[in-house]
Amino acid sequence: MERDLVMRTQGLTKVYTMGNTEVHALQGVDLTVERGEMIAIVGASGSGKSTLMNIIGCLDYPTSGTYYIDGVHVENLSRNQLADIRNSKIGFVFQGFNLLARTTARENVELPLLYDRSRRKIEVRKTAEEALERVGLGDRMNHEPNELSGGQQQRVAIARALVTNPSILLADEPTGNLDSKTSVEVLALFQELHDQGMTVLLITHESDVADCTERIIELRDGKIIEDKCIEAAKAHLTI
Amino acid sequence: MKASTLVKVASQSILKNKMRTLLTMLGIVIGVGAVIVMVAIGQGAQSQIQEQINTLGTNMIVVTPGASRQGGVSRGAQSYNRLTIKDAEKIKRESLFVSAVSPVVFSRTQVIGGQGNWRTTINGVSTDYQIIRNWDLKYGRFFDQIELRQMRRVMVLGHTVAENLFPGEDPVGLTVQVRNVPVEIIGVLEPKGQTASGTDQDDVVFAPYTTVQTRLSGWSRIFQILASTPSSNDIPSAQEEIRAIMRESHGISRFAEDGFTVRNQNDLAEAEQGTTEVMTLLLAAIASISLLVGGIGIMNIMLVSVTERTREIGIRMAIGARGRDVLTQFLVESIVMSVLGGAIGVAIGFAGSNILSQLTGWNTVTSPTTIMIALAFSAGVGIFFGFYPARKAAALNPIEALRHE
Ligand SMILES: Nc1ncnc2c1ncn2[C@@H]1O[C@H](COP(=O)(O)OP(=O)(O)OP(=O)(O)O)[C@@H](O)[C@H]1O
Ligand SMILES: [Mg+2]
Repeated sequence: MERDLVMRTQGLTKVYTMGNTEVHALQGVDLTVERGEMIAIVGASGSGKSTLMNIIGCLDYPTSGTYYIDGVHVENLSRNQLADIRNSKIGFVFQGFNLLARTTARENVELPLLYDRSRRKIEVRKTAEEALERVGLGDRMNHEPNELSGGQQQRVAIARALVTNPSILLADEPTGNLDSKTSVEVLALFQELHDQGMTVLLITHESDVADCTERIIELRDGKIIEDKCIEAAKAHLTI
Repeated sequence: MKASTLVKVASQSILKNKMRTLLTMLGIVIGVGAVIVMVAIGQGAQSQIQEQINTLGTNMIVVTPGASRQGGVSRGAQSYNRLTIKDAEKIKRESLFVSAVSPVVFSRTQVIGGQGNWRTTINGVSTDYQIIRNWDLKYGRFFDQIELRQMRRVMVLGHTVAENLFPGEDPVGLTVQVRNVPVEIIGVLEPKGQTASGTDQDDVVFAPYTTVQTRLSGWSRIFQILASTPSSNDIPSAQEEIRAIMRESHGISRFAEDGFTVRNQNDLAEAEQGTTEVMTLLLAAIASISLLVGGIGIMNIMLVSVTERTREIGIRMAIGARGRDVLTQFLVESIVMSVLGGAIGVAIGFAGSNILSQLTGWNTVTSPTTIMIALAFSAGVGIFFGFYPARKAAALNPIEALRHE
């Protein structure tokens, strides 16, 4: 069967220069992700997970290497083209939620649609409400972030990432700011989205989180040291 | 983003910080308000002067003895020619453009009668004077050619004189004493009000110049000759013509100076108009400075706002906002603030100039043009001073903006 790739990186490197010292955050990362996969990226602190994620999320440029997403060659794109890729192909969930303060859940979720240039005539409000219902916040649409719990805020962020129906959902330690019970709930939500066909790439520290994905990639010093599929042991999360 | 969405987003973030927005707008409010009030005062003064010029007469030309002053300096004492009755008659006879001519003989004198006495100016003029000054009568009539020729002791009172000597009554037919000579009142003029320089145009009496010269003052010198044309288009030609007639009448050689001055009523008012124009400009310029300061206030706040909201900018970029979207958002914010401030400023300026004119009695004029210019100006201020902060926001790197605490 032909493999349906969502993205592929080859020889990705990232060097941060701080004064005289160079930090080689990524040292040649080759990674392919198929459509519908759910992958956990693990690794020690400082191993380059966030750096990789930011490049995959088109928030940052690699120092060298190539990166395709959905067949689009990304490393040579302009700022504007990258913005459009972020808008249409990528849904990014951050550890710190990154919602707009004093802006209701619905308005937060509507935001990516307002910046959408590719599609015309989207029913912004309806689409946003559907996304919020999908993450189980149908009854919190008019709440502002400070009126929501951490878990709920992260759900709003996930709804915002989903609302444009991206090719890939990226999450950098999405449960890092949550207590364990809420973490489990949020991870269950990712699992559910994955079951519905979404491609999910998430960074995590906790091994039990990683264990519930089918594929675990481990980074060390900016390199992939392990890429294992645990198809057989496909563990499902129990709440 | 759609324009309506942009404005909505901008308004939302402006409203999130009401106090700060208010204080920021205050600069623009005061600036625009000040400009409106100042321009209203200036234009009020100008329109008042224009009105006063119009009360002088219609298409009036004034001939005065002495060379014209240029830049306030007289061009020499030798160039001075007395005006004579003959000059006035010659102009009347020979001019093609001029339809009415009157010499003006002038004297200060006491008028006794009615309620007492009143010190005023007595003007000896011809019958054309009333036409030249376009001056209607309240009571009675102006004197005629026969009375002029026969040097009759008749007199037309200015409104102020009539009100002081005969308050609330029609004095036509009564007699007053001027230098011990009894003079019959045959008419009272309608009031004309003050001149631009503040003299009361109605504090005056008129008699035939023949009467004034022979019976009432013994002073026969002609102070000025007034003339008027049927149409304002004829004024320049009439002025040239009068000059030629005068030069001929006085036998002035080809290269000698005129020794008299021919001006029209606009020339007379020009100096004063010029002063108020300068005043208006000056006031507007001073007021604009506060608008400038208001603009700098907006820029300052927008810069703070960009720094404060770096994370927000990062979030917007992360979910697909282009640099241009961010630029437009911040630009729209500063424009909304400045235009809103401008609108409030216009309202306050309006109210302010009304109150001012009521308190001081000054004439103020607020025209739609001023308002349009003020609004356009404040929008301009918003764009100009908002652009730099907005561009700074747009140039942010998404990942760095997101890391910003
Ligand atoms: N903006 C930056 N400037 C300089 N060095 C950086 C920058 N961002 C990251 N680094 C360095 O790059 C390396 C990888 O950082 P990265 O944030 O990717 O690690 P991480 O795997 O996400 O760690 P953590 O699990 O703690 O989040 C680290 O050594 C870090 O110090
Ligand atoms: Mg990290």
